[in-house]
Amino acid sequence: MKKIQILGTGCPKCRKLTELAEKAADELGIAYELIKVTELDEIMRFGVMMTPGLAVDGEVKAAGRIPDVEEIKKMIA
Amino acid sequence: MAECCGGGNRLVYACSGGADVGEIADRVARKLVKTGFARPSCLAGVGGHVPGFVASATGDVVNIVIDGCSVACALKTLEQVGADMTHFVLTDMGLKKGRTPVEDAVIDRIAETIRIKSSGRVEESPASTHDGCACGGC
Ligand code: SF4
Repeated sequence: MKKIQILGTGCPKCRKLTELAEKAADELGIAYELIKVTELDEIMRFGVMMTPGLAVDGEVKAAGRIPDVEEIKKMIA
Repeated sequence: MAECCGGGNRLVYACSGGADVGEIADRVARKLVKTGFARPSCLAGVGGHVPGFVASATGDVVNIVIDGCSVACALKTLEQVGADMTHFVLTDMGLKKGRTPVEDAVIDRIAETIRIKSSGRVEESPASTHDGCACGGC
């Protein structure tokens, strides 16, 4: 099962990224677990200095921007 | 608990080299963070290809990069990951490598110059240094 982590404290950008990541994973039809990482200390431990961030299986794929669904699909596939 | 959202989308990096101008670059970067003008990042994280730092540098951000001299180590580090940046070289700003005292007056003057030259590249919402979710404003 893929672990998709949304790194952000819950601002509109983080919520948008969550929505797009769910859409991307659903369209791929994969089994996934979506985890929201909201504590700033934990976010910083990923080396993410600008949110929102997206990590897949613990590896940061994007930060400080909102990739589109197609790009997210490639990140989580 | 951090509040959302603290501010701007500027990240600052310094070469932090061993020379006086490298140390001044470092102090200036810290000053820009302390005054809320930019958020901190880590050049070593980018150089080490730590995914979070690379992703942050290549996000929708304004990277302010401060090098002590024209060897431009910080610029070259960020170029390796394809990051865009606003670049400053302290020896191009009148400092002499090996002959500049690392003192507050110099740091304040350089920080102010960088602040003025970097303003306008993003909406003016000062980055919070403590709270803020680091989202660059929402
Ligand atoms: S840019 Fe100049 S001062 Fe900075 S680390 Fe490189 S050689 Fe040293």
